[in-house]
Amino acid sequence: MKKTPLYEVHIKLGGRMIDFGGWALPVQYTGIIEEHLAVREKAGLFDVSHMGEIIVEGPDAASYIQGIITNDITGLCIGQISYSPMCYHNGGVVDDLLVYKLNDEKFLIIVNASNTDKDYEWMKSNLAGNVLVENVSDKYAQLALQGPESESILQKLANIPLSDIKFYNFRENVNIGGITSIVSRTGYTGEDGFEIYVDSDKAEAMWNLVMEAGKDKGLVPAGLGARDTLRFEAALPLYGHELSPDITPLEVGLEKFVKLEKECDFIGKQALVEQKEKGLKRKLAGFKMIDRGLPRNGYDVEVNGEKIGYVTTGGFSPSLKLNIGLALISAEYAKKGTEIGINIRGKAVRAEVVKKPFYSKKYKK
Amino acid sequence: MKVIKNLKYSKDHEWVKVEGNKAYIGITDYAQHALGDIVFVELPETDTEISGGDAFAVVESVKAAADVYSPVSGVVLEVNEELLDAPERINEDPYESWIALIELSDPDEVEELMDAVEYEKFCSEED
Repeated sequence: MKKTPLYEVHIKLGGRMIDFGGWALPVQYTGIIEEHLAVREKAGLFDVSHMGEIIVEGPDAASYIQGIITNDITGLCIGQISYSPMCYHNGGVVDDLLVYKLNDEKFLIIVNASNTDKDYEWMKSNLAGNVLVENVSDKYAQLALQGPESESILQKLANIPLSDIKFYNFRENVNIGGITSIVSRTGYTGEDGFEIYVDSDKAEAMWNLVMEAGKDKGLVPAGLGARDTLRFEAALPLYGHELSPDITPLEVGLEKFVKLEKECDFIGKQALVEQKEKGLKRKLAGFKMIDRGLPRNGYDVEVNGEKIGYVTTGGFSPSLKLNIGLALISAEYAKKGTEIGINIRGKAVRAEVVKKPFYSKKYKK
Repeated sequence: MKVIKNLKYSKDHEWVKVEGNKAYIGITDYAQHALGDIVFVELPETDTEISGGDAFAVVESVKAAADVYSPVSGVVLEVNEELLDAPERINEDPYESWIALIELSDPDEVEELMDAVEYEKFCSEED
């Protein structure tokens, strides 16, 4: 298994290490629910150094990126971030990613850890124009400080007013306790917070600085388990669950990030235009259990004994204290209030389609 | 890890507390710790006949679902319905949070289970 620069820190903190897409990372320290609630109420610090970082550079960098992602970065300013799916020709998803505009000819792309190599190969095989693509994942460590106290904690260490960094914006060369960092107001929890990029050899120093600064603010180390329940309550998609080569972004409600009308052509456009014209056959629905039962990824969804789809993510919501789920189901059943059945160990257990997200974001815009 | 002296233990990390020809069954401290935050329990129905080794209940944590196997054979007399609304009781006090009370059909089966000392050794070898 690959180790992040913070591996020893996790061991020292008693993190329960698991294999996450080939990376040894803590699923929890003290408990998933406790860590989850700490992030909602105060703050949590996550090691997300496994995430992939790819630099795209050159005179044609912007137009090249436009051609491989579904979102439109024409209006993106230096210091801004764009979220986007990246699709195959058939409209299925290669990955979902963040594009950081460093300057007019240089972009930093953040991709899912387990997809890094695949994405890098895909990007290289679709090169266009005068552009250089480089996988710099090993050079960067990444920490995610998430929760309502994030700004007050990080401000103690930062040399600039962090309130200047708005949601989905970032700054380069921020001095955080003497360490040069990229700081972005982003995250994957449905809370306000920051993601901090530092050189790998500074990861441990940065972790310790932030933990110390957050000591009197209720900051706790948080693991992958809480990261998953947090993003799930906020209905943020996870690759391998809500996104895959067999699912298009339109089917899971990401049309906001698919700019079919943008000027240039992009990979997957034709398939997505056709899908939109024909109408969606299946949609991602949020549901809550009516009867007792815990829905889990992969369980069938049924109506009158017939399979209409499957659960992409399901489980107990620590914030709502309810058993909820996301399911990719026939579009006709995806309307709020529809009763569906979740096949749990052979029995159809009643559930009801509800509005997403389950938990409303409190981002600082 | 907590182990209680007068209980019997299975290799699947269930505990058995024998009272006459009846036995309470639950999961051990080792098992609840390994599972993490328990958020759901599926109980068997009373009067169900079970054989030793059968999966008769399900305990689910945030991350995983685990079958609970009955170390003994018999008929389910009673289930602990408190766990339906408070599954976290298993984390808090695994040896008080029994899942089912079984009327033993073959009391000799109990003798094949581990005692506290053997179980503690067994767990240390599992890690």
